[in-house]
Amino acid sequence: MLGGSATAFSRSLFGQALPHLIVIGGGFGGATCARELKRHGLNVTLVEPNLIYTACPFSNAVIAGLRPIEAQQFRLDVVKQGGVVVAQQWAVRVEPGARRVFLVDGSSLQYDRLVLAPGIDLRFDALPGYDEAASAMLPHAWKAGEQTELLRRQLEAMEDGGTVIIAAPSNPFRCPPGPYERASLIAHYLKTHKPRSKLIILDAKDTFSKQRLFQAAWQELYPNLIEWVSLSSGGKVNEVNAKTRTLTTDFGHHTGDVVNVIPPQRAGQITHVAGAADRSGWCPIDPVTFESRLQPNIHVIGDSSIAGGMPKSAFSANAQAKVCAAAIVSLLRGQPPSAPKLINTCYSLVAPDYGISVAGVYRPANGVLTDVEGAGGTSPPNAPPSFRSLEATYAQAWFETITTEVFG
Amino acid sequence: MRTIIVAAILLAAIAPASAQSVAPPGAAACSGCHALGVGSASIPPLSGQTPESIVTAMQAFRMGQRQATVMDRIAKGFSDEETRAIADWVGQKR
Ligand SMILES: Cc1cc2nc3c(=O)[nH]c(=O)nc-3n(C[C@H](O)[C@H](O)[C@H](O)COP(=O)(O)OP(=O)(O)OC[C@H]3O[C@@H](n4cnc5c(N)ncnc54)[C@H](O)[C@@H]3O)c2cc1C
Ligand code: HEC
Repeated sequence: MLGGSATAFSRSLFGQALPHLIVIGGGFGGATCARELKRHGLNVTLVEPNLIYTACPFSNAVIAGLRPIEAQQFRLDVVKQGGVVVAQQWAVRVEPGARRVFLVDGSSLQYDRLVLAPGIDLRFDALPGYDEAASAMLPHAWKAGEQTELLRRQLEAMEDGGTVIIAAPSNPFRCPPGPYERASLIAHYLKTHKPRSKLIILDAKDTFSKQRLFQAAWQELYPNLIEWVSLSSGGKVNEVNAKTRTLTTDFGHHTGDVVNVIPPQRAGQITHVAGAADRSGWCPIDPVTFESRLQPNIHVIGDSSIAGGMPKSAFSANAQAKVCAAAIVSLLRGQPPSAPKLINTCYSLVAPDYGISVAGVYRPANGVLTDVEGAGGTSPPNAPPSFRSLEATYAQAWFETITTEVFG
Repeated sequence: MRTIIVAAILLAAIAPASAQSVAPPGAAACSGCHALGVGSASIPPLSGQTPESIVTAMQAFRMGQRQATVMDRIAKGFSDEETRAIADWVGQKR
């Protein structure tokens, strides 16, 4: 190992002037990390095929017709202007031994350290009947963009009195409160535009994020509109029939007019190719440096990583990216990286002026990122409407601030 | 070993500002909500505040003496020392 890093330094000294860092994926994690590394004066290449990033946070508001998709889109121009070289391509292969990344056009890049931030892969092999072709009929909308707009159009086309079904996956998955925020905002759309309609959540879990707050709000705002079917009540979907829009559970069949299937997920494909993912499908990391437990000189941040108590969120990915960049700079300097402390906060909208949040503070303990006891937790139950409204405002403010930090 | 030292010197020479700009534990996550530059959003910006006022606010949030939607839950995750270090670092960026 020691020999390996010494070679990295001599090559960078004599081959290139400075160590070369490659970041794969230009989302909340990768774009942040590339910019932070560049701020330290390093050579940074960001590999990302899409020059326009479509953000998932607040995409549920697009689905509910409260926001245009353009409000979700951010260009990588400013990242480029800051000196980060953007290779506008897919990375298709990593050779950890040779420290090379291969791009889809056949070219390759040498790295001293590599950061993998490819987000999630939707598993189109895990739920019988739900493959990529099926997702053109029953959208997942779990990667924002075309899929978000498809789900929006289907809701618009649905007649009053229709049934919307959301199938939610088991843990772990991207954005734990996301399916329930989506159910809330779709319910808001139905209540205001198609009041005779109904929404059913078929869940592969018995509990979910911010559950008490969501359920109390549903009772208050959308009585008899949302039905949540838990795992033990037969909520787990075993099979999908895209043509008939039917979902099969242990207990029976559910047919909807609009069906949103959020399938099981795993770390982005490139982490598997790089040998950085384990049998769980996700990437084990050192909680101080985010360096892979499986591949030296490769770091994994964001949704792809196993970040202990931290949920897979844009907030987490951004916070992890900054910690990872600082650790890489220390490692390149031959200094020991200092133990970090991280924060996550996930805001959810239950209605346009009704926000709730869950927060956590994390530190490495026994090799994993662990909740700091006594800190964090959800918004209080029984708070007045003014409090919920303030949190809805802060949710919006958070999105503006973070997207400006990452892309602006 | 020598190459590591040489590389370290090279790095230090190329990026001299970065030593002081290394964020203390936790500080990097504050900017997820608080713009470090001029904030347009409704969450009050931290730039422009003195380290003293940040420490005082954080203590009040932690003790539940100041009304908050989320800062009470966040401030409880940081000790006095950690809060001080963050406040000094944020103050440096003014
Ligand atoms: C409906 C919904 C609502 C959400 N709401 C919130 C919220 O309110 N708050 C919050 O904090 N989080 C929210 N999230 C979660 C958030 O979107 C993710 O956690 C976040 O995007 C993760 O960031 P990332 O950098 O790991 O991955 P991503 O943001 O997905 O970025 C990955 C990037 O890598 C690129 N890429 C992948 N593979 C390759 C490759 N081989 N070569 C080159 N590039 C590649 C992709 O093109 C993509 O741009 C929500 C998610 C959803 C689905
Ligand atoms: C999830 C978003 C979020 C994060 C992360 C966050 N804050 Fe805050 N902060 C707020 C909000 C919102 C307020 C207004 C009070 C409230 O409602 O909690 C605030 C208020 C404050 C104030 C009072 C400012 C004033 O002028 O009134 C200080 C000081 C502060 N935060 C410091 C910090 C520090 C230090 C960190 C990092 C350790 C941090 N905050 C992280 C959202 C956040």
